[in-house]
Amino acid sequence: MLRDEGPLVPMAGCTDLYVALNFGTLTETRFLDLWRLDALRTIAIREGALSIGALATHTDLIRSPLVRRRLPMLAAAASEIGGVQIQNRGTLGGNVANASPAGDTLPVLAAADATVVLRGAGATRRVPFSSFYTGYRRTVRRPDELIVSFEIAPIRGRQRFRKVGTRAAQAISKVVMAVIAGETPRIAVGSVAPTVVRARRTEAALAAGASVAEAQRLLLDEIAPIDDIRSTAEYRRRVTANLLARLLAPRSA
Amino acid sequence: MGLTSVSFVSFVLNGRRKKLDVHPLKRLLDVLREDCGLTGTKEGCGEGECGACTVLIDGVPVNSCLVPAAHADGTRVTTIEGLGGRHRLQRAFVEHGGAQCGICTPGMILAAVALGPRPSLHDIKVGLAGNLCRCTGYSAIYRSIQQSHV
Repeated sequence: MLRDEGPLVPMAGCTDLYVALNFGTLTETRFLDLWRLDALRTIAIREGALSIGALATHTDLIRSPLVRRRLPMLAAAASEIGGVQIQNRGTLGGNVANASPAGDTLPVLAAADATVVLRGAGATRRVPFSSFYTGYRRTVRRPDELIVSFEIAPIRGRQRFRKVGTRAAQAISKVVMAVIAGETPRIAVGSVAPTVVRARRTEAALAAGASVAEAQRLLLDEIAPIDDIRSTAEYRRRVTANLLARLLAPRSA
Repeated sequence: MGLTSVSFVSFVLNGRRKKLDVHPLKRLLDVLREDCGLTGTKEGCGEGECGACTVLIDGVPVNSCLVPAAHADGTRVTTIEGLGGRHRLQRAFVEHGGAQCGICTPGMILAAVALGPRPSLHDIKVGLAGNLCRCTGYSAIYRSIQQSHV
């Protein structure tokens, strides 16, 4: 259908799509409803990797013993999205496909080196999460492809997640960060650039023994925050540096 | 199974079977208020921020302003009317001042119903984090839910 009757907008939990629809800002008029495709809701271990179906809701992620054991920072991110009503409908695939720079699961998937599994009529292809976004709200997904799942290899190191918004629930992030602390640190930040930022230079410096202060300086070079309705560039820079120090600390609140 | 194949939406509304000829993309909120005549479900923000339009689908709280009618097909939908008026939570909200202007109250009560019996204060705060109230300051709402079990 996507190939022969397109373009169609895939729809699932509708927690983003219906906001645009209700406000009359949605330009598309034709949709492909995925919500009932329970096969895309499976969370399992496949060939050693954690496989999460694109239609897994945030509530599914919070409750999944596999996610909590393998990728606790994803359960943490999911529990800070919206309120329970949004968590019950919004999906991981939708959060990724919506491609907002403020999407709370995006830094987690970036830091986790997740693979995005795309399926079209002809074939399945696997795209590293770090190559999935090509610009502001732009992805490599072709109009005839669906995101069907995410694959995450086992992770060594302490997983940390922190979102900073105006209040605990129902807030879109001013800064959102996921860190895997350990011998080979991995750092990803959202809401500070047109797409989620994987801070590879900062990671490399930390792996080579750089101090936290040095890492903070490098990280601020890797982000490009703006002033917008939710925050200012200056606030975002300060919070980003502070979050890095906090999430790298052996024990932190 | 494509979007276009749905012309009727069938669901169980407050225990009674409904079959409606509505557009599959019509908001469940509007289906309930306009096609079913149940105006207890309120529209607040229309963008999933306020929770005023909360209803239960198969016992799970959702924002009905963000649910297409097609997604209600084959489900059990519970609105505030489905509680009947003498539900322990409804009585407690009256007795303990959990409602002032009342716009957020149906959503608050349905979100509380989904918490099951005797939720902790923490569970109440998490369960109602998606429901905004501009009158009460929340403490009367939390107290109403806690006292509803006494």
